[in-house]
Amino acid sequence: MYMGIDIGSSSSKAVILDKTRRILASAVVNTGTGTQGPEKVVETALALAGLFPEDILYRVATGYGRMLYGKADRQITEISCHARGAAYLVPEAGTIIDIGGQDAKIIRVDRDGRVENFVMNDKCAAGTGRFIEVMARILDCPIDQLAELSTRATEEIAISSTCTVFAESEVISQLASGAKRENVAKGAHHSIAMRVAGLGGRIGIRPIVVMTGGVALNLEIVRALESEIGYRIVVAENPQATGALGAALYAAECNL
Amino acid sequence: MDQKVTSKALLGELLDKHYQDAIDAKARGKLVAWSTSIAPQELLETMNIKVVYPENHAAAIGARKCAQEFIDDSESKGYSIDLCSYARVNLGYMSIRDSIAGNIPMPDFIFCCNNICNTVIKWYENIAKDLGVPIILFDMPFNHTYEVQEHSVKYIRGQFEDAIAKLEEISGEKFDYDRFREVMAVSSETARWWKKATSLAASVPSPLNGFDLFNYMATIVCMRGKQEGLNLFKLWAEELQEKIRNGEGPWKTGEEKYRIMWDGIACWPYLSDTYKTLKNHGINMVTSTYPDSWTIVYESNDIDGMARAYSSNYVNRNLDYGVDNIAGIVKEFSLDGIIYHSNRSCKLMDFRQYEVQRRVRERTGVPSVIFDGDQTDPRAFSLAQYETRIQTLVEMMEQRKQEGRCER
Repeated sequence: MYMGIDIGSSSSKAVILDKTRRILASAVVNTGTGTQGPEKVVETALALAGLFPEDILYRVATGYGRMLYGKADRQITEISCHARGAAYLVPEAGTIIDIGGQDAKIIRVDRDGRVENFVMNDKCAAGTGRFIEVMARILDCPIDQLAELSTRATEEIAISSTCTVFAESEVISQLASGAKRENVAKGAHHSIAMRVAGLGGRIGIRPIVVMTGGVALNLEIVRALESEIGYRIVVAENPQATGALGAALYAAECNL
Repeated sequence: MDQKVTSKALLGELLDKHYQDAIDAKARGKLVAWSTSIAPQELLETMNIKVVYPENHAAAIGARKCAQEFIDDSESKGYSIDLCSYARVNLGYMSIRDSIAGNIPMPDFIFCCNNICNTVIKWYENIAKDLGVPIILFDMPFNHTYEVQEHSVKYIRGQFEDAIAKLEEISGEKFDYDRFREVMAVSSETARWWKKATSLAASVPSPLNGFDLFNYMATIVCMRGKQEGLNLFKLWAEELQEKIRNGEGPWKTGEEKYRIMWDGIACWPYLSDTYKTLKNHGINMVTSTYPDSWTIVYESNDIDGMARAYSSNYVNRNLDYGVDNIAGIVKEFSLDGIIYHSNRSCKLMDFRQYEVQRRVRERTGVPSVIFDGDQTDPRAFSLAQYETRIQTLVEMMEQRKQEGRCER
């Protein structure tokens, strides 16, 4: 059996594959690097698959915390792992959009799922999961209900600031002057979509577009992004675990 | 004294002497100029005026990891965080005037050439105004055409003539045209040897660890018009040729697995971090777009040629040239990949970087990554982000080499 472990900034993910590369277990824990998250997610995945640690022949770690996790046989970047995972799920994928807790990346892949080129956000939280967390907090809305709030909007309140801190104060002043939460929520979703689409413009987006990472669970962002880039987006099944899936696929390959 | 002096030891001595000479000249009441890094130093050398280069000095301060103090000082005076960090370090140094990285004397006049950067004019104007000293400005228009146009050459030549008159006025001495011819000859010859030495890195494996380029670069900036500079680069070229003959690679231990080019200025405060990350992966930076800026070659006594050479710096030339230049380097140096430093300080270099990357990729197929950093501001770089991008580059280069086969 092969395991891929994706240790992100705000969550840990693990996927176990059998010898035929069938997914035996997939687990997500909402704490990331520097916490018990990585240990916990490995235990959970093993329990789900009914396996013991010694059953795992090869482990590949990926994500921001890949170098700090001591139990992997190899570390591979999240860029290659998301590409591999997404191409496994959607073999015709041309572009992968991955939005995680602290970064957003657009990866162009060739016909064999190999990374051709990629672009990531720089030292800026705009267009990442962190931006959504900040917006959810000031709109006083649980993060998993933010999309639903946005669907009730009657109009969109545009957020012009790119900087997360500026956007936060912009939203506070919008709310103070009577703007409706749902309308602001819609603007927040659009803001992320614009930022990510802008990033995509740098390397060029080629269909089919697959979206991975935790933010893909927010369908309002997916919809806003579709209208910004002009292509339909296929959301990866279990999008948060795509990086871990890619890592597990590499693990299977490495153990040949 | 039987032991042969290495170019590396000589390099250190020459740099120390360069700064000490300027300090001594100042103490004796002689003129000292502050100059941009690729200015027609031939004019100053002819008049035997000592020069120091604020960009060199700021880079040294950055590399010694003490830039923050100077940056804080200039920012507290109101200089924006969005300005070039060399400027912020230097403008801070003007009031602090003391650094463990070495000191430079205050200038009696400013010598500023905008072939390297358009915003540098404002920085140097501010120095001149703050200190109440004259400024000699060379305006070298950006070349929107592939080659330098004749009208630009004429315009620049006129400015050389004007600068000579100003120098005579500032120094109270006559400009010696015979000496000028000699200096022109030495400068071109030094630049030729610089080019020759750096081109030896095209050998596989490269005898040169490219991060050494960044060290030698300090001397091509300040020693171009001097016989000592010429001797240094001849010695360096000989050493590299010797290594090639012996089949030696860039490092004492470790094999050169991947050859890459570095686009842009180094991250001076993280020089060893950025270097080690590459070395751990067996990546040798064999060359860079940047060092070729000092390959300023022209015929002696050809002032038009000199004008054209100074205006031909790659950052002063159009996008097509920028792409051809890098695509040519990929071939000449047998590169496996390219690292583009998106340098927060340098708008001029960054502005076209994504488009250059796209076109070079299209033309050569060589994978590349862009990372965010800064030449001297230590706050604008994340090692973890850099490592992820470099590791991805390795994965892309490896994929290209092995076509999907797993390597351990």
